Amino acid sequence: MSEPRLVEVRRNVLKQNDVIARSLREQFASAGVFVVSLVSSPGSGKTTFLEKTLTQLQPRYRVAALVGDLATENDAVRLARSKAPVKQITTGTLCHLEAAMVQNSLQDWDLHQLDFLFIENVGNLVCPSSYDLGENLRLVLMSVTEGEDKPLKYPTIFNSADAAVVTKNELAAAVEFDWEAARMSIEAVRPGMQIFRLSAKTGEGMQDYLDFLAQRLTERRTPAHS
Amino acid sequence: MHELSIAMSIVDAALDEAKQRGVQVTAVHLRLGPLSGVVKDALLFSYEVACQDTPLQGSRLIVEDVPVVIFCAKCKEERTLESVQLFACPQCGAPTMDIRQGKELEVFALEIEEQEVTP
Repeated sequence: MSEPRLVEVRRNVLKQNDVIARSLREQFASAGVFVVSLVSSPGSGKTTFLEKTLTQLQPRYRVAALVGDLATENDAVRLARSKAPVKQITTGTLCHLEAAMVQNSLQDWDLHQLDFLFIENVGNLVCPSSYDLGENLRLVLMSVTEGEDKPLKYPTIFNSADAAVVTKNELAAAVEFDWEAARMSIEAVRPGMQIFRLSAKTGEGMQDYLDFLAQRLTERRTPAHS
Repeated sequence: MHELSIAMSIVDAALDEAKQRGVQVTAVHLRLGPLSGVVKDALLFSYEVACQDTPLQGSRLIVEDVPVVIFCAKCKEERTLESVQLFACPQCGAPTMDIRQGKELEVFALEIEEQEVTP
């Protein structure tokens, strides 16, 4: 045996996922659909928030959702009440969605028939941050019951997100939620990120967020200056 | 905990490179940034599991921690962040999202052994 030798290889470990994500992003662009992914810890109110989002966008837009869950189809059943097309991705033991799962789930959907596609990730603030799903906008959710320093505990996922949604605002007074502290935590790990404070239950604050989505869709469909 | 599936991807990548070169891998060098979302200790543990019953069994995973580097528009300089809990220039305090380094999850080198050719 000769002496060990070092050879340079330089391979991105998640290259396979990134390649699929890039192709999804191209597919979404050519179909003109705006894709929003949702990440949060379990119990932050993602499903209620998404149900309200689908219901309230529907009069004006064609919407659909993919929902990642470890084992059950309960979320898809709940979301189906919105009457929007919903498909469950059951991940088994996997704690996050990967681009290939999104690609497989979309095979029998015509993306040209959609304005918005929502992808609800598995409830987890760690693992989903590593995987690009080809989305145009990543929303990170935290509820007022989780504590103002959540962003400091999970900086990577907050840093990777494009906008933050603080949910369950109807409970803010009961849990003495410190809005300014939460805002500063988010600002520290993701400077300049837009933050929506709302209650999916009462509807408070939902309109600003829906207007924001509509605006992003319009921007996306406006051809860039050539 | 997604480090096992990451470890399996690392093993696959290393095996692929080893096969192309016709060599035996004794160690894998990985560059890991804090913004990759991967926990080093969990990854080291998972690597051993992922290597089992593959030609990489018994090989080592050597992780080089890559710090987060940002560009400060005010100082017009690249700076290393002290903590991922504060995305601001450590010198002047200006907030920044111009991230130049820190998302790495990259197999960058392999330690290999070649069979000596007997004359």
